[in-house]
Amino acid sequence: MKFSEKWLRSWVNPALDQVALAEQLSMAGLEVDDVTPVAEAFSKVVVGEVTKCWQHPDADKLQVTEVNIGEAEPATIVCGAPNCRQGLKVAVATIGAVLPGDFKIKKAKLRGQPSHGMLCSSSELGLNDDHDGILELPQDAPVGMDYREYLELNDVTFDVDLTPNRADCLGVRGIAREVGVLNRIEVNEPEIKPVTASHQEQRAIVLDAPEACPRYLGRLVRDVNVTAESPLWLTERLRRSGIRSIDPVVDVTNYVLLELGHPMHAFDHDKLSGAVHVRMAKAEEKLTLLDGNEVTLQDDVLVIADEEKALAMAGIFGGEGSGVTVDSKNIFLESAFFAPEAIAGRARRFGLHTDASHRYERGVDPELQRTAMERATQLIIDICGGEAGPIVEAKDERFIPQPQQVTLRQARLNKVLGIELDAEEVTEILERLGFGVSFADATWQVTVPTFRFDISIEEDLIEEVARIYGYHRIQAAAPAAQLRMVARQEAHVSTVKLKRLLIDRGYQEAITYSFVDPKHQALLFDETAALTLPFPISVEMSSMRVSLWPGLLGAVAHNQKRQQQSLAFCETGLRFVPDERAENGVRQEAMIAGVRAGKATAEHWQEGERAVDFFDVKGDVEALLALTGEAEAYTFVADSHPALHPGQAAAIFKNGKCVGYVGAVHPQFEKKLGLNGRTYVFELELAAVQQRAVPQAQPVSKYPSIRRDLAIVVPMQLAAGEVLKAIENIGVNHLVGLNLFDVYEGSGVADGYRSLALSLTLQHPERTLEDQEINTAVKAVVDMLTNEFGATLRE
Amino acid sequence: MELNDIVAKAEAAIAAATSPQELDAVRVEYMGKKGLLTEQLKSLGKLSAEERPAAGQAINQAKQEVQQAINARNEELKQAQLAEKLAAERIDVTLPGRRAAVGGFHPVTQTIQRIEQFFGDLGFRVEEGPEVEDDFHNFDALNIPANHPARADHDTFYFTPKTMLRTQTSGVQIRTMEKEQPPLRIISPGRVYRNDYDQTHTPMFHQVEGLMVDTDVSFTQLKGILEDFLVNFFEESLEVRFRPSYFPFTEPSAEVDVRRKDGQWLEVLGCGMVHPKVLQAVGIDSEKYTGFAFGMGVERLTMLRYGVNDLRAFFENDVRFLKQFN
Repeated sequence: MKFSEKWLRSWVNPALDQVALAEQLSMAGLEVDDVTPVAEAFSKVVVGEVTKCWQHPDADKLQVTEVNIGEAEPATIVCGAPNCRQGLKVAVATIGAVLPGDFKIKKAKLRGQPSHGMLCSSSELGLNDDHDGILELPQDAPVGMDYREYLELNDVTFDVDLTPNRADCLGVRGIAREVGVLNRIEVNEPEIKPVTASHQEQRAIVLDAPEACPRYLGRLVRDVNVTAESPLWLTERLRRSGIRSIDPVVDVTNYVLLELGHPMHAFDHDKLSGAVHVRMAKAEEKLTLLDGNEVTLQDDVLVIADEEKALAMAGIFGGEGSGVTVDSKNIFLESAFFAPEAIAGRARRFGLHTDASHRYERGVDPELQRTAMERATQLIIDICGGEAGPIVEAKDERFIPQPQQVTLRQARLNKVLGIELDAEEVTEILERLGFGVSFADATWQVTVPTFRFDISIEEDLIEEVARIYGYHRIQAAAPAAQLRMVARQEAHVSTVKLKRLLIDRGYQEAITYSFVDPKHQALLFDETAALTLPFPISVEMSSMRVSLWPGLLGAVAHNQKRQQQSLAFCETGLRFVPDERAENGVRQEAMIAGVRAGKATAEHWQEGERAVDFFDVKGDVEALLALTGEAEAYTFVADSHPALHPGQAAAIFKNGKCVGYVGAVHPQFEKKLGLNGRTYVFELELAAVQQRAVPQAQPVSKYPSIRRDLAIVVPMQLAAGEVLKAIENIGVNHLVGLNLFDVYEGSGVADGYRSLALSLTLQHPERTLEDQEINTAVKAVVDMLTNEFGATLRE
Repeated sequence: MELNDIVAKAEAAIAAATSPQELDAVRVEYMGKKGLLTEQLKSLGKLSAEERPAAGQAINQAKQEVQQAINARNEELKQAQLAEKLAAERIDVTLPGRRAAVGGFHPVTQTIQRIEQFFGDLGFRVEEGPEVEDDFHNFDALNIPANHPARADHDTFYFTPKTMLRTQTSGVQIRTMEKEQPPLRIISPGRVYRNDYDQTHTPMFHQVEGLMVDTDVSFTQLKGILEDFLVNFFEESLEVRFRPSYFPFTEPSAEVDVRRKDGQWLEVLGCGMVHPKVLQAVGIDSEKYTGFAFGMGVERLTMLRYGVNDLRAFFENDVRFLKQFN
């Protein structure tokens, strides 16, 4: 809601300066977003009258004028505006004037003709961006008067960002009322007198949907001159509220909307046929709107119709063909109460948002229609002439909101606010707000006036009392509660702990958008149908991620374009997998993922440098798994994944269930994803790494451990993991450590074979192991490897 | 040879020895089985019984002297050798170490962790919830029925008329209250989504919402806990003001501003007393229990705390930006 300070002060004028007034409104819940001057700074512009005007001798498009600016001698000024003519009252920038943009007016010669000043257009004065020639001032504008003074331009526009509950303040009247309450001063309501009917012609009104529209006032105003000019005071007030002048009838309805907060509509009376019906639209009914768009209505949309067809979307937008135009002579004015529920959401459904719909869907005072009608009628007659007929009011009392009775208990008030408020002060606050109040038995019975249609329950009153009392006067206190510990599971491995481990291993935590480029996602996950946003910010942000990889790879590409080549990012967050069986049709699974690219280590004077590879990332994953205390529950199995290099990809299984992947991004996608070289990724279901066993301590053996090394030769394609798993599975007596410490292929080992060097560490908890036992254990391993895998001991 | 001469010669040889090996050769020469001093002892037999004790004593003393000289020299040589070894092992300690790269938490995560810590210390439990949400949890249960103007203010990313990306983490409060009766103290951090993208809006951002419901929770306590939080979060006693506002799910409602160094007020969070309809919708007796709720934008707080100027930097993940917070 935008309005000028001077307009507000004509209603209510507290002894507060502009800044204090804005602050007061904000602190009462009417947040002043912006205070802007209604005109840019300019000086030495005065009202003038063009007394002579003739063609410039040497320029077709210029005229030379003599302008009376209230001084002894008229000023000679060259002007290029086509509407410049003798007798016109104009805004004159005199010699020494400074216009917006620091444009200084000096004596000049234009094509040989001296020019002592400039006749101004509204855009040259920074009032708006019209370029339709110079300003034409009313004939009664006093020559010589400072233009700022004449137009009262030393004014500001307040832009108040109103919350949806305060629709009562969507008019200057509501704001003024609030200012009156806050400052305990009278509000000077302009006197709005009924306009006496000067003819008896009327149009019948039928309320076909009285629940949606329980009150509709209509009035015929005959012989209206729509081509009349709206007066400057009116267009200026509109301009300062951000509304352009259109024609006097529209200007007046807009003015009433801004002044009283009540929308109105004007129809061309001669284009209506028969009675006006306020009814629900028929399903599929068509209506062409004022902007020329045809819409297809549903049967929950309220329309204004005549006997033949729908004319307007009630409370939202007028229709083409029934509105007032320059040719209109007789107008039918509408001032109606529409139930908010009948309007809310409809405008948005059609992509519309109008000043009227904004108010009607939040609510208007159900008792204000007549006042608005009288106000508009009077203004139209003042400006355009015409004859007003009687007001026809159609109403259905059953559905007109009645003043609410609300009870406020003192104990509840004090309990919610946490302070003891003086009952008299509470009564006084409620009365100031215009409520009817009686107080007995520690309870207020409050009658809420119809203009505060937002108040219906006790909490509404508590808020009103607190607001007017002043939030700043309610002191702060520490909350009190019973001390109860929060349950914490020691067996839970927190996300922070998991991420911390990655961070300590060099990963930078990233946060990437949950919606990704469907093109990138489809490259990596061609078999997964992702959830798509029907109305995304952009196509590149339209697909809900099914993995954290697209976002993380995007972060790598973004950085590599900025000369950052060695990167390690990790992220936790949800992936979104469509699944009919899941709540809301989507499985939302928390994942932990990482990506590495470039160097594994920074270049070091002694160690040199090394590119990151699969085993760096696998090592990171193994470290994560180790946090669960049961790394052996997880296995890495060579697997294929559409996103990954077919020879460098492993599925990670936990107790037989696949819980993640690790591998190199498939080289064929590197370029398409903007990646510079090999990039390694991993991703795990967070839940699969968040449980660990609470430790059960075992005594530590005091006896020496024995290490035996074995080098076995096995076929190349045999996975080392199989070998290790098999050794673990046979349950070697007293085996406390198993490590694969070398892999060798080449000279000395047959083609197609490789040698794996393993160390077995054996230890007994209660005694020193005998050679015999050790040999037996090692033999059991060797025998198994021979039988299972055809392994031979390397000579 | 006279005993004295032998000792003198031995001492000279000891002093001349430059390595343990040379020194040992000297020892063998004088003290070995056939050493000069050993030979002297053997010659005692040739002396008379009267002469023998004195001569024996003299030889033993000479042996001791020589042995001591050898020990001393040995110690000197060892020290010299050690010194030489140490000198050879000298390194340039100012060369860079083998540094392992260490990353860091995203600044938004750091802010969330700090908030969790502050409220966790007061017994607020962290609750999380789904990000694809239904209109009941995101709107209806929060007293924002269909067609409510507040819905239009949310710039919601809808999938269907019934499902959407959550616009606030308040749905988590509803999910918690559906399961549990008061007393309740929770905070719910997480991603939220609004269809808006410009200098000051990103379509995804983070919120932390808090909820406390108990028998005597009041507006003064809401003021108390939030002032306490802001002062601790910014680690300075900044000016805080509560400004009346409106949220469908709280009443009375307030927006909270802090005063910046330039004197301007800046909105940092919204809050209020839980609306009785919200409690009723989840089966909590709104006469017996009252509650407060608050919600804060994590990016906004992070920007203020660390002087970040561009909101969008949080999701570009430029490592040069992120590393500043490590």
